[in-house]
Amino acid sequence: MKYFLSLLLAMSLAGTISAQKVYTKNGTITFFSKSPMENISAINKQVMSVLNTESGELQFSLLVKGFHFEKALMEEHFNENYMESDKFPKSTFKGMVSNVSSVDFKKDGEYAVSVSGDLTIHGVTHKVSVPGTLRVKNGIVTAVSTFKVKLADYNIAVPKVVKDNIAEQIEISVSCLFDQKM
Amino acid sequence: MRQPSIFILLLLTLSVQTVTAQEDTTDLMSLLEQEVMSEEKNSTQYTTATFKTTRLINGHTVENVGKGVLDVKISHRFGKVNGGGYELFGLDNATMRMGADYGITNRLMVGIGRSTFEKTYDAFFKLKILRQSTGKKKMPITLSYVPTVAYKSLKFEDPDRQNYETSRFYFTHQLIIGRKFSEGTSLQLMPTFTHRNLVKFGDESNDLFALGIGGRQKISKRVSINAEYYYQHPDYKLRGTTNSFSIGFDIETGGHVFQLHFTNSQGMSERTFVTETTGLWEKGDIFFGFNISRVFTIGKRR
Repeated sequence: MKYFLSLLLAMSLAGTISAQKVYTKNGTITFFSKSPMENISAINKQVMSVLNTESGELQFSLLVKGFHFEKALMEEHFNENYMESDKFPKSTFKGMVSNVSSVDFKKDGEYAVSVSGDLTIHGVTHKVSVPGTLRVKNGIVTAVSTFKVKLADYNIAVPKVVKDNIAEQIEISVSCLFDQKM
Repeated sequence: MRQPSIFILLLLTLSVQTVTAQEDTTDLMSLLEQEVMSEEKNSTQYTTATFKTTRLINGHTVENVGKGVLDVKISHRFGKVNGGGYELFGLDNATMRMGADYGITNRLMVGIGRSTFEKTYDAFFKLKILRQSTGKKKMPITLSYVPTVAYKSLKFEDPDRQNYETSRFYFTHQLIIGRKFSEGTSLQLMPTFTHRNLVKFGDESNDLFALGIGGRQKISKRVSINAEYYYQHPDYKLRGTTNSFSIGFDIETGGHVFQLHFTNSQGMSERTFVTETTGLWEKGDIFFGFNISRVFTIGKRR
């Protein structure tokens, strides 16, 4: 019994020590809309993300106005007409890496993971589950994922006249290098 | 008895720890968000989309086109609505202006145009002197300066008299003070000075002042109602002219903006609609018209 107790104690202590959180304030998220008329892309390089390497918790947060386009007018319309970024300034994801135990954060390599949680865009929250990769190099973790979202799911209306210019499904690419530790 | 209680205590510690670990992630995230928000507050955010395009109806708005953006504008004013069915309510006749605006920087744009109305060429630049902003630098208004020169190439009315080339020139200086009050509501004031080298009557002044007021109210994300009025003092205006009043819609679809409007002015350059408007709304001297704007991005932004 004593042995068991000390084991338990060691475990709980170990928990405190290795409760590792890595985070970043300058992750990258891009999106890409492919349509017969034109391709539209934008990039946000100020994505905040926190990963708990022990529990597998993973969160993302970004300011919608941080997305930048090649065309000034597109950026204006994106904020004004589609994302209503004054009304809904943030997009967030709160979820878990479901198989985080299979990732060895001490060993370099690429680990395929599955992430699921709540994705909030344009004030609308949906449960999503997407595949991703956790890349470990010299003890630094990078999260990479590409997935698609349907605009209609998040109440983002596309008027008929520009229907051919904007894809129904937008491809979102995430790349966050967790350069900070806590 | 003693040992199980320690056991439970330890179990509790362990479970509490898992819970705090989860909250930590959220806490850390809100901490990061707060940090970014305060960084935002310490930078300046310039107000965008005060108006949908660079023209309100006839005149300019405080808006500029972005750097490297070419905006091709085609504007029509049909004949008077009171022309009746014979003239198809004015649609038989039209004056037209073709023009192009280009953004040299985000604060400076230049434009040229040619109007069939008195065969007039015009050129202007628009400089944003102040920009409405929040954050670190707070500015309640946008202030723009728009000088325009117009060249009337119509043959001289009386070729027998001594005509001077300088008589063809018209100059307009306009300040535009605009503010976006809310997502849907924007207003602007436009003090306007015009100079013409030649006047019709000896007692008319070459220099005229007018004060314009205009605004828009969005009725949906992509449609707004616009109105524009230029006031001239009754003692300082050309004979037989009246104040210009126009009302219309902006309909925006991606790279295009369609503007449909009714106005008592037929001309589309500053000196014509500000100082030479003759139509009376109450008599039905109303011109239906439209502007079409198509934007092309030429230069790269980044």
